[in-house]
Amino acid sequence: MAPLLNIRSIAKRFGARHVLHDISLDVNPGEFLTVLGESGSGKTTLLRVIAGFEQPDAGEIWMAGERLDTLPPYRRRVNTVFQHYALFPHLSVFENVAYGLRVQGVAKSEVGSRVEKALGMVKMDSYVASAPSTLSGGQQQRVALARALVNRPRLLLLDEPLSALDANLRRQMQGELKTLQREVGIAFLFVTHDQDEAMALSDRIALLRAGALEQVASPREIYSRPATAYTAQFIGQANLLRAEIANGVARWGALAWPCDAAVGPADFSLRPEHIRFTAAPPADDSHTVCFCASIVRQIFCGATDLLEITCQSGHRLRARVPSRGVLEGEYRFEFSAADAVRLREGGER
Amino acid sequence: MYSRAYKAAVALPPLFWVALFLLLPYSLLFAHSFWSVASGAIVRQWSLHNYAELAHNWMYAQVLFRSMKIAGAVTLLALLLGYPLAYYLSFCAGPQKQLLYQLVIVPLWVSYLVRGYAWKTILGSDGVLNGFLQYLGIVSTPVEFFLYSPFAVVLTLTHIYTPFTFLPLFASLEHIPRHLVEASQDLGASPRVTFWRVIFPLSLPGLLAGATFAFVLTLGDFLAPLLVGGPSGIMISNVVVSLFGAAYDWPLGAAISVCMLLLVVGILFAIERLEKRWSFH
Amino acid sequence: MELSLKHREARRNGAGWLAVYAASVFAFLYLPIVVLIVYSFNRDGVGGFPPQHLTIEWYRQLAGDQAIWDAVWNSLLVALAATVTALALGLPAALALDRVSFPGKALFRRLVLLPLILPGIITGLSLLMLAVFAGMKLSLWTVLLGHGIALLSVATTELFAGIQKMDRAQEEASLDLGAAYWRTFWRVTLPNLRLPLVAAALLIFTLSVDEIAVSFFLIGRDNTLPLEIWGRLRRGMTPEINAVSTIIFVFSVALILVSYRLRTRGAREPEGAADVLQATFQGDQP
Repeated sequence: MAPLLNIRSIAKRFGARHVLHDISLDVNPGEFLTVLGESGSGKTTLLRVIAGFEQPDAGEIWMAGERLDTLPPYRRRVNTVFQHYALFPHLSVFENVAYGLRVQGVAKSEVGSRVEKALGMVKMDSYVASAPSTLSGGQQQRVALARALVNRPRLLLLDEPLSALDANLRRQMQGELKTLQREVGIAFLFVTHDQDEAMALSDRIALLRAGALEQVASPREIYSRPATAYTAQFIGQANLLRAEIANGVARWGALAWPCDAAVGPADFSLRPEHIRFTAAPPADDSHTVCFCASIVRQIFCGATDLLEITCQSGHRLRARVPSRGVLEGEYRFEFSAADAVRLREGGER
Repeated sequence: MYSRAYKAAVALPPLFWVALFLLLPYSLLFAHSFWSVASGAIVRQWSLHNYAELAHNWMYAQVLFRSMKIAGAVTLLALLLGYPLAYYLSFCAGPQKQLLYQLVIVPLWVSYLVRGYAWKTILGSDGVLNGFLQYLGIVSTPVEFFLYSPFAVVLTLTHIYTPFTFLPLFASLEHIPRHLVEASQDLGASPRVTFWRVIFPLSLPGLLAGATFAFVLTLGDFLAPLLVGGPSGIMISNVVVSLFGAAYDWPLGAAISVCMLLLVVGILFAIERLEKRWSFH
Repeated sequence: MELSLKHREARRNGAGWLAVYAASVFAFLYLPIVVLIVYSFNRDGVGGFPPQHLTIEWYRQLAGDQAIWDAVWNSLLVALAATVTALALGLPAALALDRVSFPGKALFRRLVLLPLILPGIITGLSLLMLAVFAGMKLSLWTVLLGHGIALLSVATTELFAGIQKMDRAQEEASLDLGAAYWRTFWRVTLPNLRLPLVAAALLIFTLSVDEIAVSFFLIGRDNTLPLEIWGRLRRGMTPEINAVSTIIFVFSVALILVSYRLRTRGAREPEGAADVLQATFQGDQP
């Protein structure tokens, strides 16, 4: 399937500050792609470059065989849901949603029905005559969505649209957003700094770090096979093990597991929940790593406990185990060698 | 985000307008100051002799000096009246603050000319003040020196520029976070110490702005001296007006104007520097 | 405890003196205005005390004074045209300062603001020279030109402040929804700037009606109101001038009330005038 949007080596700087370096990314038709990154990682700038509010310094953007980056924003078949909604305060809800249709010269009769349908889709059809300032944050959010979707864009850009909502409403809107996206079948490019939101919503996540793409993959893939130390730590929690490889074995302190990579140092990521208690004595199975460690700290998190443990060699790890009361002293732990994911080198930038 | 055409459409008309009606006139003023007059016509020959005349004829320096003295006096008085007023409104007025603020603003919008005229009717030898004093029996014959004196000019201009001075003072006092004042009191400072060590230093940018406004606008004034000043209240701009009128020596008048312009721009430049140093942003 | 009581008493005393001082400053500010209004009803002329024989005779005389009404008409015409001119150029100037970078921008910004702080005589004389240089006859047109250029600074500062307070995403949303620049300007930018536009218009109009220092040099045969009054002052003072001044005063106060209403409705701090004054000093952030 040909990608809908094709971003080719985009670079952007503001003065001396490089905000985006050599970004290449494809968006497929109908997919929910999230650009995830810390504040200042350039994710909003990337969105604004696609929408046409910023000109890239290098690179090209193509959409369905048409070059996009040379077009002014009003000629791009892309619509945006703004972070603070940017509803026009001098227009009613209806006129806000109708705005795009009117400026494109859509027939009057059609405007009415399309606006009502769009507002119905976001359950705001009873507010047509309201002024935006009388609506709650969540309602404004819905109107902003309807205003963008009514134009039937090929791609919808969403700039942290949920960040201004409180936690409960936010979770509810996440669900609705996902359902809506399935219904309309339009590709969503969603920007957020919230990894949980990204995991819950996306078909794919593009992790942006200091203006460059760190990893692009499905939520499951990016969680279970993080490519870099940054990814491993940004998405979920991870133990970073700096091991030494020799003779097909990786060694980290007293722990060792098979690894067929080249001789030398290598970083591994190990999720805390992959470390578990074990009663059995060390088996002869080299694919399970067993060790003894004492508990330094126990943090109660409800269904699970997060343990900070120290191996006999002095190396520290974090383990997440099902809650079962207060723990003290030394215990025996194990993890599967397959769960220690080898990371790409050059993680530091 | 904006196209080249958009940028040209918004930038070019004002640029053109400013170049034609601001830059060109100022340049003409500058050019005139190097020309001269011979038998009632302007001779476009470049020379410095207007400036030489200004440097040699002591009269000009004297008038300029008097203008600066008057401007200084007006500035000082406007601050002395405006600062306590602004302080009172900002810190003590309570719920009446907005109303009182509007009350200070209202005289600002009363025509300059009307206010000068009002003072003329008050200060004249058969004016309201003399009538009042005679009515009370304090004086038996009208006091002549109220009107047509530097005193009258200073009084009138102080009245005109006090609200101007008040505005930035009030704004800067209003922008002082109240928790700073509370912190100072919490740390044991008395109201007087709090004022001098916290409030006053933070209000300096507003003070500077207000003082500059009063000084610069007074310095260039020529209407108040004509209205209430009399011969002893003549200021530098009056000299310029007469050179452009009856005396018909535009080049010399232009030279004085250029000096004034440079003086004003110099003051603004210095103040901008000071203000950058004194503002805490 | 006793100490803090004393403390508080001292403070109350201080505030008391300050209140008295503030009241006297108010008295000073309002004295001439009160005198002006009272003597507009005084049969025996502009001086003397106490005012006696209250009369509206001067207003009656004023009503029949064609020269004054011609001047009022001229002033209103000039003020209206100057407001339109200053806004029509001030809005693009403010937009340009906000979003266009061009060589000489810093100079442009300072030049635009200069007439606000420069003594009126300099602006007036320079424009007089331009008029002579270009062979223009002095008339209301030259006065309009003077006001248009002098008050451009007010328009630019006020509108620039409005643009800075505007939500940027508004214009982006409009472009994003397919409205090109011109349409976005009419449908989103202008409605968003409605309040600063009206406030600036009222301010410019009032300032123009009052203006005398620049007009003084550019006036032709037809007088504006301040220059008509100026001319009469040289011939002698009658309460008719008080009467017309009183009317201008009432008119100005009405305008202020309207603009104040607009400002508070727009939830702006009522410091517009102070903003303008201060902006003048801070060349890099009008």
